[in-house]
Amino acid sequence: MSLKTLLGGALAVALVAGPMAAEVRAQPKEMFIPLLVYRTGPYAPSGIPIANGFVDYFTLLNERDGGINGVKLAWEECETQYKTDLGVECYEKLKGKGPTGAALVNPYSTGITYQLIPKAPVDKVPVFSMGYGMAAAADGRWFPWVFSFPTTYWSQASAVIRYIAQQDGGVDKLRGKKIVHIYHNSPYGKEANPTLETLARQMGFELTLLAVDHPGQEQGATWLQVRRINPDWIFMSGWGVMNQVAIKEAASKGLKMDHFIGNWWSANESDVVPAGDGAKGYKGATFHAPGTGFKVHADLFKFVYDKGKGGGKKDAVGEALYNRGVVNAMLSAEAIRTAMTRYGNKPLTGEQVRWGMENLNLTEARLEQMGMKGFTHPIKVTCEDHEGNGPVLIQQWDGKKWTIVSDWIPPMRDVVRAKIETAAVEEGKKAGYTERDCAKEK
Amino acid sequence: MIYREAGQFKTSYASDQAIFAIPQDRWFVAVAALAAFVVPPLAATEYWLQAVLIPFLIYSLAAIGLNLLTGYAGQLSLGTGGFMAVGAYAAFKLTTAFPHVNVILVFLLSGLVAAGVGLVFGIPSLRIKGFYLAVATLASQFFLVWLFNKVPWFVNYASSGTITAPNRSVLGVIVTGPNATASVRYLTALALVVVGALAAKNLVRGRVGRSWMAIRDRDIAAEIIGVRPLRTKLLAFGISSFYCGVAGAELVFLYFGSAETLAFDITLSFLVLFMVIIGGLGSILGSFLGAAFIVLVPIFLTNAPQAVGLHLPVALQKQFELMVFGGLIIFFLIVEPRGLARLWQIVKEKLRLWPFPH
Repeated sequence: MSLKTLLGGALAVALVAGPMAAEVRAQPKEMFIPLLVYRTGPYAPSGIPIANGFVDYFTLLNERDGGINGVKLAWEECETQYKTDLGVECYEKLKGKGPTGAALVNPYSTGITYQLIPKAPVDKVPVFSMGYGMAAAADGRWFPWVFSFPTTYWSQASAVIRYIAQQDGGVDKLRGKKIVHIYHNSPYGKEANPTLETLARQMGFELTLLAVDHPGQEQGATWLQVRRINPDWIFMSGWGVMNQVAIKEAASKGLKMDHFIGNWWSANESDVVPAGDGAKGYKGATFHAPGTGFKVHADLFKFVYDKGKGGGKKDAVGEALYNRGVVNAMLSAEAIRTAMTRYGNKPLTGEQVRWGMENLNLTEARLEQMGMKGFTHPIKVTCEDHEGNGPVLIQQWDGKKWTIVSDWIPPMRDVVRAKIETAAVEEGKKAGYTERDCAKEK
Repeated sequence: MIYREAGQFKTSYASDQAIFAIPQDRWFVAVAALAAFVVPPLAATEYWLQAVLIPFLIYSLAAIGLNLLTGYAGQLSLGTGGFMAVGAYAAFKLTTAFPHVNVILVFLLSGLVAAGVGLVFGIPSLRIKGFYLAVATLASQFFLVWLFNKVPWFVNYASSGTITAPNRSVLGVIVTGPNATASVRYLTALALVVVGALAAKNLVRGRVGRSWMAIRDRDIAAEIIGVRPLRTKLLAFGISSFYCGVAGAELVFLYFGSAETLAFDITLSFLVLFMVIIGGLGSILGSFLGAAFIVLVPIFLTNAPQAVGLHLPVALQKQFELMVFGGLIIFFLIVEPRGLARLWQIVKEKLRLWPFPH
């Protein structure tokens, strides 16, 4: 047999056998959670700490408590590179795994979230886009399968504007101020724009929207424009490598760093460290505290890292995005725990977990029990409100670490909620959904 | 033995000029096509259909489109992603403006829109050749994607800038949108690709295809013997963009469900170009083989370590996959520069003599 025939044969086998290998290995008495991660590609600097935080918290639950009420958690990572097509492939591959199928899915990308939202009611897998995804889906009457608690991009944008007003001495002082929004030119980056536009009209500040195209390594023109505008405040919705470049550019152009606020995906250690001292004073929004000063971190070290089961490096624990992963895993676990109060301590289906997410009531007492007092804010999710309208913190980079420099800033619910409800009707009708009556759910 | 032509005499022009001149080929293709329509919808899991077969069919159609332009007419193009985006956004605009129009018709109409855009961007090909043309078509790639990102009219003023496939049915069966089953979407994609491939095969066998190949092989000589470069090249751009446009519409409506412009960026253009080069320039079969290689091998490489019980961290696995995949591409190009279609041809020649090669 010649080399070429051999080659042809080997190739044919590889092509057919490839997808076969993706079939399932199921284990009983476990709940399966698919993890769409991106540890490679241009968004890896943001993707790695989140994935590690998530996995470490689940490892902690399994190691310390034996899972949730005796039901162990199982998960499998699938690399998406933040690409929507790979995300869809991963979702299709993982959604049916485990004895009861996927309990819930965290897409970790607004693009992938948009893909999964229409699939969720069909596959009966709730989509948990924590603080990202489609803001309109926060209205649970139209989007029963999508959850974005503790807050959304729209709420975040309004809270940041409230913070700016506080700093400048009142909402009336915003009139005539110049605010620039630098955003990743994708569904994610554009998400905050309508809210900012509404607020600009109401409060009379001058808003300029500047898009940065994927992946954002080249931003020279954008920052020249920023310098020409000479804004009072800069708000950024960036992601991945775009953040580092933007912060470096801002520093090199001599802009005031403490008037430069990133959203919660633009304020990680990996974003500011490359800019060195230039990044000092840069601020970012968040909905949880940075650092390792909480009991949950002590547990993570004791039960996960000291046993050699950590997902990443030990000194990366406590990074802003690592902690975000922990919060995300904690909220998922608490939703499952809530669902168990109704359906019993056994592996649950996505449909049952959906009920748990909708009835999640995370109290201050429960946070203290978990060693997370002060780490994040209590949330109550309802049938109507899948966002919880959580408040936002502002953190500032001092050259070495993030410190919280504000109180919990509530979003402008009066503005945002009305917008969400209008958008939900619009998006819901587009998708052919009908509004459900929350009074009948219980 | 099984593939022997000896004793098969062609007694008419029709039989001599048939697409598949040998009965064995005819049977093989007929059975394969029938199997493609019957087996997967009955036997394949949703993962197979959704993540493997549907993208394979859609990319095949796009690769056929680019192969007509690059493989047959010799015009190197890096604008495939842009033309696919035109198809996708045109389909979205058409089906939201006219919800009652049959969605298959919408696909074809959006193919026509893409063909129109392709004609416009094909005009430079009259003056610019080879790699310079590739750079000129690159402009269309960037311009079109920028346009769809910039002008909110294309996305019906959705604040997120995404287009979403609505539920549309043909003859009472839901074909697109979240409620369409994977089998139905697979069958739609398959039907379109079968018709498209058949049309393309006939096109390249006829006068049009011959004039394309004449232009490809030596354009001055072709001009002297009476092939009009303007019409021929623009026709190649138009028809190629039609295929790409339909494939782009399918990509959003049958595969992704919703998409942003990022789905149509330059990597998509390269991907389709690689399919054509690896599959075989100037071969319809090669378009399918190339699409299969590019779609299936990464999936195989992702799942292979797990299948043999090797649990690597996902990042390492992905990097391993990229390295092996890149290595395989180089390897195949060295071993068989004329693509996988040529390998298939060699296998067929061997089969003719088997089992008595001498």
